[in-house]
Amino acid sequence: MAKIKNLAELRKMREEQQKQLNLREKSNDPEKYVQIKVGMATSGIASGAKRIMDFLIVELDKRGIEAVVTQTGDMGYCYAEPTIEVTRPGEEPIVFGYVDTQRADEIIEKYIKNGELVEGIIPVNYESID
Amino acid sequence: MAQQLKMQLLVCGGTGCRASESESIEAALARELKAHGLENEAKVITTGCFGFCEKGPIVKVHPDNTFYTQVTPADAREIVEEHVLKGRKVERLLYTDPENKEHVPDSRHMGFYRKQIRIALRNCGFINPENIDEYLARDGYEALGKCLAEMTPDAVIDIMKKSGLRGRGGGGFPTGLKWEITRKSVADQKYVVCNADEGDPGAFMDRSILEGDPHAILEAMAICGYAIGATKGLIYIRAEYPLAIKRLKIAIDQAMEYGLLGKNIFETGFDFDVELRYGAGAFVCGEETALIHSMEGSRGEPTFKPPFPSVEGYMGKPTNVNNVETFANVPIIINKGADWFASIGTERSKGTKVFALAGKINNVGLIEVPMGTTLREVIFEIGGGIKDGKEFKAVQTGGPSGGCLTQKHLDIPIEYETLVEAGSMMGSGGMIVMDEDDCMVSMAKFYLEFTVEESCGKCSPCRIGNKRLHEMLETVTEGKATMETLEKLKNLSNVIKDTSLCGLGQTAPNPVLSTLNNFWDEYLEHVEDHKCRAGACKSLMRYVIIPDNCVGCTACARNCPVNCISGERKQVHEIDQSTCIKCGTCMEKCKFNAIEIV
Repeated sequence: MAKIKNLAELRKMREEQQKQLNLREKSNDPEKYVQIKVGMATSGIASGAKRIMDFLIVELDKRGIEAVVTQTGDMGYCYAEPTIEVTRPGEEPIVFGYVDTQRADEIIEKYIKNGELVEGIIPVNYESID
Repeated sequence: MAQQLKMQLLVCGGTGCRASESESIEAALARELKAHGLENEAKVITTGCFGFCEKGPIVKVHPDNTFYTQVTPADAREIVEEHVLKGRKVERLLYTDPENKEHVPDSRHMGFYRKQIRIALRNCGFINPENIDEYLARDGYEALGKCLAEMTPDAVIDIMKKSGLRGRGGGGFPTGLKWEITRKSVADQKYVVCNADEGDPGAFMDRSILEGDPHAILEAMAICGYAIGATKGLIYIRAEYPLAIKRLKIAIDQAMEYGLLGKNIFETGFDFDVELRYGAGAFVCGEETALIHSMEGSRGEPTFKPPFPSVEGYMGKPTNVNNVETFANVPIIINKGADWFASIGTERSKGTKVFALAGKINNVGLIEVPMGTTLREVIFEIGGGIKDGKEFKAVQTGGPSGGCLTQKHLDIPIEYETLVEAGSMMGSGGMIVMDEDDCMVSMAKFYLEFTVEESCGKCSPCRIGNKRLHEMLETVTEGKATMETLEKLKNLSNVIKDTSLCGLGQTAPNPVLSTLNNFWDEYLEHVEDHKCRAGACKSLMRYVIIPDNCVGCTACARNCPVNCISGERKQVHEIDQSTCIKCGTCMEKCKFNAIEIV
């Protein structure tokens, strides 16, 4: 391993290493970031939720959007799998159904970036108790 | 598409959790991940102490911040299959709120963490202590780089002075001032010493920091070296901390490899290296002059101050001795500035303090709170109150050198000065909580036993005086003391305090004095009524027969090992108190509840 010769080198190295720790840093206050929950029950996985989750993690990172992507259990909209719930900082969560990579891309570009609503919103018809 | 890392499972690798198999948990989690083909999606990481030792071993899952408690290797499968694979938290392993009995899904909502500010413990339970890269990602060695490249030694000392940081080993001496004095001493060689000789019963703050964030200490020592003009650092650590030693060694090697320790650091011409020195675990070696003698290979005995180590220390050279927790605060003060640090805490005591909560408290563990937090908040909110719903009686702070504080002190803010005013001291941060079943005279006796054992024997007040104190306390607990004994206890305590050579002797009588002050009634009861209300002093307990219940079955008399029970068949029996050894056999054998303890 080469020696770190100055502050600039140290900082460059830190930036690389921070990616590894990002997952942990963000989980301490997820409200500050876009939070995405991917429905990953058996039905979700069967209809491709796992691929969507991978897609979201990679693409959000590539497009420089700070987000916390987690998996969750069945959301109840099995007919519309894969489903994802997106919460923009300080806003109410919105659930999207029938998410394929194309729609996921659209959600990132339109909703997450600009707050524009896109096709596939599932109206929330129940209340969750925290 | 390549599989993406989406989860990290942090397993506590502190001594406490290791003792309850956390290493096997790590192995089991890794095995299960592999078996489910998830090894590229989730990773198992060893980390330092989370502090919530009561419910260890702890496994924390990121990014959803799930906090699993009391995990066993057998739980690994369920965690992987349910949580990692399907995203469902394993409810039964979540922390249960003791008040509403509900599962708390993440650590941010646990009462234990709510009032804490983690500065010295900022990386404990967050990074892998054996991986320098993770430390770098948390601004590691940035402070050292800044100091070397952009600041003069005087500027560094200035920041330390302005921050208001004071020694966390217990004395509370201003750290910046100590650095300045050592800087001003002129010599061809100077030393930076880290005092990791943590010896108070029930204290494990320093060990946890060294195990969880060893690089922070190395970085701080190098900064100190730059500030005072030293190129050599020594860590005096007790050999009974093998895990801390192992992690420090790994950390030193990694830092050397990266050129963050060693010759010409950051190509600024500054050299600094760190070596370990092992102590054999003598309590007195936490005293800085004794520590230095021990490092030199002599007996661990203190010498008179002045000269202070800052002027004449290790090998006769100026030596700056700071405690582990003090050092842990240094890098972040440089990075965030003196004003930031000074804004936390109170007027006289800045920053935070780490405490090791132990004794009769629900949440035994390691906590860090801002100065000025009250004892009530620490014990009842963070600590979760007294075990088994019992009454709070006292809390011992400052270990064998401190005193006990009672109900009436619960609302004083924790500061160096307020604790001294209340008859105790900050100490290094041990906090032992006592309930109604603890006898305060026995408690004082326990600490005296400790100091008698640990006294180095160099000066007579400590060597002889404490032994006599202990003997007198023994007579109190045996019910053989008189009012004169109590008077003598007080006088001798004061003499020892005034005339002992070092801190050990000067503070050894504190537990006696503070219990005499706060629990005078209990001493009186022992002396006058021969009673111990806590039922802890065996000699003062009496087994007696309740005549109304005794049917004269002779069971007690037949089983008494010393034949001290007399009585005819079908007549009420009697226990001869002068020969009774209080073994309790009679009570066990009696089927009629006819024997009671008074």
